[in-house]
Amino acid sequence: MKDKKPKNVFIKGAITHEFIGNSIYKHQSKTSIGAHNIFLGQVRADKVDDKTVSAIEYTAYEDMANQKFHDIREATFNKFNLTCMHIYHSLGTVKAGEICLFVFVSAPHRKVVFDALEYVVEEIKAHVPVFGKEIFEDQSHQWKKNT
Amino acid sequence: MEITIKYFGQIAEETNTTEETIRIENGNISNILTLLLKKYDGLKYKDFQVAQNQEIVSPETEITGAEIALLPPFSGG
Repeated sequence: MKDKKPKNVFIKGAITHEFIGNSIYKHQSKTSIGAHNIFLGQVRADKVDDKTVSAIEYTAYEDMANQKFHDIREATFNKFNLTCMHIYHSLGTVKAGEICLFVFVSAPHRKVVFDALEYVVEEIKAHVPVFGKEIFEDQSHQWKKNT
Repeated sequence: MEITIKYFGQIAEETNTTEETIRIENGNISNILTLLLKKYDGLKYKDFQVAQNQEIVSPETEITGAEIALLPPFSGG
């Protein structure tokens, strides 16, 4: 499942439960897999003073981001014995409660998928140029920062 | 040489544009930063990293002519 060219990780808007369910379903034909692990990032309705975040609007330096996602994929396959891996990230508006990041790793056995998933998510948070603008209910905004 | 500069997120809010071309003599990234800080006063209060040819670089890195981007703190996921 390793590929050499960066592919497009971005999806316009929220990542739907149908998309996620379908992605799981497609792995039924890959019968060497014995363990999947999934991370779903969800937009939180954070309260700041008396305002509540109603959505995050994502933008990215897309070329660099897709290259970074690709590098993270390569590094993860080199580090962990995975059968396959999928990463999807939203661009544009994602409402509170909706999914904005979907990371899916699969392997013959369980142990590796726990470590691999954490590694992938932390690498994404640290190295991929994606920018989240938190929109409040009154349409004012602030810029999100990963901690 | 002519260099394309891209701005993202809150940096683009400050510059009021997402992309522009600047003319600059050979030098390093700090020369570009000096020029941009003069043009956009508010940038000095902003936290950002610089990428050249899609790689994060330091102010001492030599300008190659490849695309430059000013990147505010990442907040993916």
